[in-house]
Amino acid sequence: MSANQAVRIGAEPSPLVRRLILGIIGAIFLIPVIAMIEFTFRNGLAGDYTTSHWAGLFSEDSARTYRGLYQAIGNSLVLAAVTVGIVLVLLLPTMVLVHMQFPRLKRTLEFICIIPITVPAIVLVVGLAPVYSVVVQVLGGSTWTLAFAYGITVLPYAYRAIQGNLDAIPVKTLSEAASTLGAGWMTVLWQVLLPNLRRGVLAASFISIAVVLGEFTIASLLNRRNLQTALLQVSQSDPWVAVIFALAALALAFVLLLIIGRLGSATPSRRKS
Amino acid sequence: MSLATAPAPEQDGVELTARHHPRVALAKPSNRRRRLAYAGLTPFAVYVLIFLALPTVLAVVTGFFSDDGSLTFENITGLFTPTILATFGGSFWLSGITAVIGAVVGALICYAMLGTKVGGLLRTIIESAASVLAQFGGVMLAFAFIATIGVQGLITVILRDSFGIDIFADGVWLYQVPGLILPYVYFQVPLMVITFLPALTALRPQWAEASATLGGTRFAYWRHIAAPVLAPAFLGSLLLLFANAFSSFATAAALISQGSQIVPLQIRSALVSETVLGRENMAGALALGMIVVMVVVMWAYSVLQARTSRWQK
Repeated sequence: MSANQAVRIGAEPSPLVRRLILGIIGAIFLIPVIAMIEFTFRNGLAGDYTTSHWAGLFSEDSARTYRGLYQAIGNSLVLAAVTVGIVLVLLLPTMVLVHMQFPRLKRTLEFICIIPITVPAIVLVVGLAPVYSVVVQVLGGSTWTLAFAYGITVLPYAYRAIQGNLDAIPVKTLSEAASTLGAGWMTVLWQVLLPNLRRGVLAASFISIAVVLGEFTIASLLNRRNLQTALLQVSQSDPWVAVIFALAALALAFVLLLIIGRLGSATPSRRKS
Repeated sequence: MSLATAPAPEQDGVELTARHHPRVALAKPSNRRRRLAYAGLTPFAVYVLIFLALPTVLAVVTGFFSDDGSLTFENITGLFTPTILATFGGSFWLSGITAVIGAVVGALICYAMLGTKVGGLLRTIIESAASVLAQFGGVMLAFAFIATIGVQGLITVILRDSFGIDIFADGVWLYQVPGLILPYVYFQVPLMVITFLPALTALRPQWAEASATLGGTRFAYWRHIAAPVLAPAFLGSLLLLFANAFSSFATAAALISQGSQIVPLQIRSALVSETVLGRENMAGALALGMIVVMVVVMWAYSVLQARTSRWQK
């Protein structure tokens, strides 16, 4: 059925209707982003514009003035790295193992990984408080320990990204072919399966980074400093800089998710890599 | 796998092979290998037990204990006091209204995208934008709306200076529950696009064709064919949006610093000041209440999702 016909019988909107709907809603959704950008150039309540907020950020004392904020960004980056580590070291091997050896446990694993949607962060944090009072005694009170909680928060996203990739490759055929050729279990995992799971693993890592950089609930209620809690604090004294950093974080998230989108839509190339 | 399909070595040969190829010897007793594989599941299982199962149980169980550690139902009955019921009411109202707006607007976007190429430019842009904005929760979203419709926000000022409309004529509502509606809709609509688009694109052109061939009008097609097929997916997405708003905390926490008009904020005040309504461990009871709501909603969602997948192939 041609597109024209689909429009005529009403199965699809006409190009004009499509452009109208997407144009109007898109414009409305752009307003808050534009308002944020406009805000960063405001000169207090004076009503005129200034570039001093941006300039202040790139000036020499910037590192001193916004030390707390930069520290918090550092904390968030460490948290993102450790969380990705948890996904790669704990979740990924478990998923491959279940896929290959325990297909009957697949539903159970899926169920576990989706629980954090039903038990949201604000509920989890109530029980995490006593757990972390023990964690602090064992591992100390450094911020990176928060990544254990974030590993749970990102489970549904990371699981979906990796599982999609696992389902798309012939794991059984690949591993059997490899073991027929004399490869051990580790070789199968490292040299045969992982390269094929690259896209899923990358997508899982990026979505984990995006989620961790945006996390506020757990950090705030366990009194830790990460990017988001620091932003809220800074916004009380210097809202302009807080908004500039929020825009930067948003841009970074956009890039990360755009890459995930590309990873997802790109057809796996069979050419030499 | 290779173990099951590999021909069993003859009894006599076992010892010999075992001595020369240790790996074969290790692989031979298949339950030993299996035990090893089970051991491979342990690290993840332990992690999930400590950081997911334990906190969830603790969150719920603390609601049943008083501060001195004795068993009590006071916190649970405390859920049914007018104040707490009102917060649950506030949460239901906010989640319901933003879910409905988000679902309708999101479905409209999905409709507009019918007939666009999968993997095409327009589609990729909208899908990426939707996944970013659905993640764009929290503190940054609060900033965005303060810059937009805050007291000195861009839109507030334009409306006031150019059109003489004062959106805060009846008082500043941005820092109260009604002020959460617009920010919440801002992440609800993209989530709707993500969850509902697969269902809408699963509508087969042949159905519209068949309907038209039989003399069906545009309206008849949408009323009698598309609507019944899409209904479970639409309702399922609506529930997911409800759950999404019901459980979100950061935006509300950043905008509303005083009062606890919705459940997540009530949990915050119960955790931060330990004397909410004179009851300790109230956070646990509130968490239990939230979990009950979330379990019911997500269960209904999975039922509807199962019905939806019938049409998606």
